Amino acid sequence: MTKDYAKYTTRKKLIILLLMAATLLVGLYAIARGSMNLTISEVVLAIIGQGDPASHAVVRNIRLPRVLVGILAGAGLSAAGCVMQNNLRNPLASPFTLGLSHAAAFGATFAIVVLGVGTIQNSSTDAVIINNPYLVTTSAFIWVMVATATILMLAKFRGVSPEAMVLAGIAMGSLFTAGTTIIQYFAPDVQVAATIFWTFGDLGRASWKEVGIIAVVVVLSLIYFLFKRWDYNALDSGEETAKGLGVNVERVRMAGMFVAALTVAVLTSFLGIIGFIGLVGPHMMRRIIGGDHRFLIPASALCGSLLLLASDTLARTIMSPVVLPVGAITSFMGAPLFLYLLTRGYQKR
Amino acid sequence: MILDIKGLAFNYPGRSVLQDINFRVEKGDFLAILGTNGVGKTTMLKCINRILKPCEGVVLVENVEVCKLSRLDLAKRIGYVSQRQETPCCTVFDAILLGRKPYIKWDVSDQDLEVTQQVMELLELTDYSLRYLDELSGGELQKVVIARALAQEPDVLLFDEPTSSLDLKNQFEVLKLINKVVKSKQVAAIVTMHDLNLAIRFAEKFLMLKDGGIFAAGGLEVITPANVESVYSIPVNVEQFGGVPVVLPI
Repeated sequence: MTKDYAKYTTRKKLIILLLMAATLLVGLYAIARGSMNLTISEVVLAIIGQGDPASHAVVRNIRLPRVLVGILAGAGLSAAGCVMQNNLRNPLASPFTLGLSHAAAFGATFAIVVLGVGTIQNSSTDAVIINNPYLVTTSAFIWVMVATATILMLAKFRGVSPEAMVLAGIAMGSLFTAGTTIIQYFAPDVQVAATIFWTFGDLGRASWKEVGIIAVVVVLSLIYFLFKRWDYNALDSGEETAKGLGVNVERVRMAGMFVAALTVAVLTSFLGIIGFIGLVGPHMMRRIIGGDHRFLIPASALCGSLLLLASDTLARTIMSPVVLPVGAITSFMGAPLFLYLLTRGYQKR
Repeated sequence: MILDIKGLAFNYPGRSVLQDINFRVEKGDFLAILGTNGVGKTTMLKCINRILKPCEGVVLVENVEVCKLSRLDLAKRIGYVSQRQETPCCTVFDAILLGRKPYIKWDVSDQDLEVTQQVMELLELTDYSLRYLDELSGGELQKVVIARALAQEPDVLLFDEPTSSLDLKNQFEVLKLINKVVKSKQVAAIVTMHDLNLAIRFAEKFLMLKDGGIFAAGGLEVITPANVESVYSIPVNVEQFGGVPVVLPI
């Protein structure tokens, strides 16, 4: 019997390996494509520090950080969404429905308009320049953490149920959107443009320094989520059953939500709003690999990476040299695929 | 003695539910907890397992106070099957393997797989092992959650109305199973039940709750027409039928 079970788990591991291979291939393709097209072998040579200096410079300075940040951000957003959905026992939980994205947008708007760090320039590739991106990033980060702290405090001290936490998140999101609107209403056009441009989300904002910070946060949070995977499986069987199985439900939930929100805060404040992946990545994988978090967490992370990477590559190349907002492309690519998986149901897992 | 409960009391804000509950359970005991809806049967099980924190009193498992154990250590001693079951998207094998959660550090060990396998064989679930939980009938699902509690290898098993949504055949099967486990593994089972006749048939000890306290406790001798009428406010006769006592409402 355990042999059959081993076969069953091997199938899931194979899916994860397949996703890894696909992410690697799409990553190499993404590095190769652009205004200066390269072959895969040129890309590989450039990565290992050989090949001609021009391709080396393009790959090492521009495309590799962009692709790496795509992989990391997709993985972070999707895994965070997966944990939020589990912890709050709500399939709608995601950075968007918890109001975190709206809080980030408010933070950025606040910095650009009230603190006055936004301006505009006329350029075909980049219409808006933000004078002090670090201040915008910091402000976005702080406001996401304010939103997170508010929701977690409501849960801890006022006994708001996990199901109601999503409702609290929607209310927070609405509050932040209202704040953003009021600030934008009184702001000059130039700054309004800057705030809207910020919310589009752009992987190109990350240089090697940001890649480093993002990598540390995403890798540590993934390790944490994997460490807690059995607790998350127990939570799926109901709160009382989880307690009976030795899970400290309240602590696991608070910590899981905090780590997930922190990951989202770091990613969103550096890159802007990239919607949909946190919601849809885990749901796609639930339908393909099942609900076991031993496999679901890595699979969701890889699915997020793949989706974001493919979307960004399409956004860069489809109307080159114009770079389309990656957040919109993620939805264009992900929504039809997700709708297909929804209609297929859980028949094959 | 496996379980010793002394002076247990529990209140919800503004409402007292349980007061001064005292009883003991020995190895191999099958104890049925009887009483009307809302009398505190479920609350009592949750207090024993520390899902709810009692206001007063102590619960000792193998002479160790439950409140001094970590959640994981507690899960190694007490298994709990709640009244309502959720069906996560996983297979029967996965669901039973989850019972090994208190023992798993990073990944499952060979022993975890072995225990899961043994429990499945004991409950005759091997044919279902790779079926998904949402494809099971109510009776099969109930067996799976019992198997999960057994995989915890606890000393005490708590079952909250394990037969309430089952047909006659499955009610008998599930209770027979609990009986078999209690005797073969020499553990104790505390089962809340509504069906007096099922309780009489399978349990050896009874605890009748009324108004938040113990009304009567003991063996079959406590199932008298007077006691049953006091607890349920329904006049009954207790008659022998084929050597088995049967409670008949008048």
